[in-house]
Amino acid sequence: MARGLGYYIAVRALMIIPTILVLYTIVFILLRMLPGDPILAVAGTKNIPPEQYEELRRLAGLDKHPVVQYFDYLWGMLHGDFGVTLATPRGTPVSRYIWQRFPATLELTIFSFAISVLLGLATGTVAALRRGGMVDAGMRVYSIVAYTLFIPWFGMILQYIFGLQLAWLPTSGRLDPGLTVDRVTGLYVLDSLITRNWDVLKSALAHLVLPSITLGIVLSGAYTRLVRNNMVDVLGQDFIRAYQARGVRGWKVAWYALKNAFIPVVTLMGLQFAILLGGAVLTETTFSWPGMGTFIVDRIEYRDYTSIQGAVVFFALFVGLISLIVDIVYALLDPRVKY
Amino acid sequence: MAETLAWRTRNLATSLIAPLRGRAPGVWMLRVGLAIVLTVVFMAVFAPFIAPYSPVKRVDRGYLPPSWEHLMGTDNLGRDVFSRIVWGARIILKVVFMASALSMAVGIPLGLVSGYYGGRLDRVLSMVMDSMYAFPALILAIAIAAVLGPSPTNTAIAIAFVYVPTYFRMVRGQTLSLKSQLFVEAARAIGATHRSIMFNYILPNLGHTILVVFSLSVADAILTEAGLSFLGLSVTVPTPDWGYDLRKGQPFFLDGYWWMVFFPGMMVMLLAMGFALIGEALSERLSTAQTR
Repeated sequence: MARGLGYYIAVRALMIIPTILVLYTIVFILLRMLPGDPILAVAGTKNIPPEQYEELRRLAGLDKHPVVQYFDYLWGMLHGDFGVTLATPRGTPVSRYIWQRFPATLELTIFSFAISVLLGLATGTVAALRRGGMVDAGMRVYSIVAYTLFIPWFGMILQYIFGLQLAWLPTSGRLDPGLTVDRVTGLYVLDSLITRNWDVLKSALAHLVLPSITLGIVLSGAYTRLVRNNMVDVLGQDFIRAYQARGVRGWKVAWYALKNAFIPVVTLMGLQFAILLGGAVLTETTFSWPGMGTFIVDRIEYRDYTSIQGAVVFFALFVGLISLIVDIVYALLDPRVKY
Repeated sequence: MAETLAWRTRNLATSLIAPLRGRAPGVWMLRVGLAIVLTVVFMAVFAPFIAPYSPVKRVDRGYLPPSWEHLMGTDNLGRDVFSRIVWGARIILKVVFMASALSMAVGIPLGLVSGYYGGRLDRVLSMVMDSMYAFPALILAIAIAAVLGPSPTNTAIAIAFVYVPTYFRMVRGQTLSLKSQLFVEAARAIGATHRSIMFNYILPNLGHTILVVFSLSVADAILTEAGLSFLGLSVTVPTPDWGYDLRKGQPFFLDGYWWMVFFPGMMVMLLAMGFALIGEALSERLSTAQTR
């Protein structure tokens, strides 16, 4: 039944649609089911003039029948319209904020993701190779401690040590004041490479170090134990023994085992990416990182209902996209997947 | 019936205490985890007797570093950080337990029904739960808490939503494998109703699994609670709360007043670690018991 990768991707992409729809529906229903009047909340008072109340309701799209709202919003979403802000500055399209801020979150999550996977692979492999010993036990403690680190706390400690005491690294923002870079992708590291702006590149990387290490370490724990357990399984299999019998030793065997132990890790990556996005909200708040997380937090202070809804729905889309990517990577890595 | 219940309770109790005694490899995790959790629970219960000062009043000059008088220093408003930590244990435990009870109350019956009856209901429920599970928990909780408005009860509701799928998936999976076993067929043969089979026959067998999921999800829920209150979505001033105190201390942290941030965050991590260790040890015990 080999129909080629293109077919597989197309089918997978179609299968993502229900997931996104379900997520959208959940968010939609939840936000409307909850008690309290979002319009009064954003106005901050019960005594607002009726015409202003109606105006806000219209802006929020709440004046129509819920079923109409549901499809209107869905239709808008497909066209990149996530509603408009209710609080100051009132009436700004949420998509404009997403456009401005999402690249920052993406850049942070990509770096953190890479750090967490690399750390997890390294620690897990070492633990598996030295299983049963002190190193193994140590890595086990590492995975639990890393998992239970409270992101703002850990982030601030890193700020204190590397930003304040040693003064090696900046502790907030994405770039040194005064530096700008032409937007190509919105990812400063990539943009500065494209435009060959080395000052910006240096500054962008320096600003990325602490936040992405914070988030990366916290998320690495889950990989550590998964890689370790898979590696232990794989190392006990016949093909590894066959390698060893032929005289393949040490890190080479570890490499072969790691390639096989990696497949389940890809599945975990999908789930971990969702946790990563949640953790990014806390990381961004800790490091004043101007991404989607700080956007949501800013909007919470205004109780800006439509902005929060737009951002959350956008995340639902993004999570769907990530699971599609994970499926594709899985298919490319695991020869047993037939497409 | 009462006898079986007593027997079951004793059975569960012995199987919980037994791992504390043995020399199994995970024992230390269980011991350390329990020690941490019980200390925090003790702190919360006896807060008025343990805290040397009022948690909400100015008791000394502000910005005092840790000393014998103020074990964890004082904050910018001259309040005793240690007293706030002790009282803060109450909020976080209350919210997290309330949230866990809520998610269990919803997730476990849904999982049972879904796994037992199967069919279209199961497919729809599973799809909804899987989608929720795939979504960033913290972002979902933020959205709910933001709409509900800041209060500990609302935070508990928001957190409860997040962990319903966790219980659901686990209970559903176990029910699927248990419902085809002999004891269930026997129950059906003697004329037990569907409801009775689900709640009297299958549910008691899920005790250990639920306990494992409980400790692991509580560990996670603690971090979520602290995260939400760090973002200002749980308590309001002047309530002592670890996550919120961390947020309030942040502006002073980089001026060198590390104690306002260090201690609340450390407590969050310790408590989460306590539950994670317990869950880890129990799940290891459970998996070795099953392979045996």
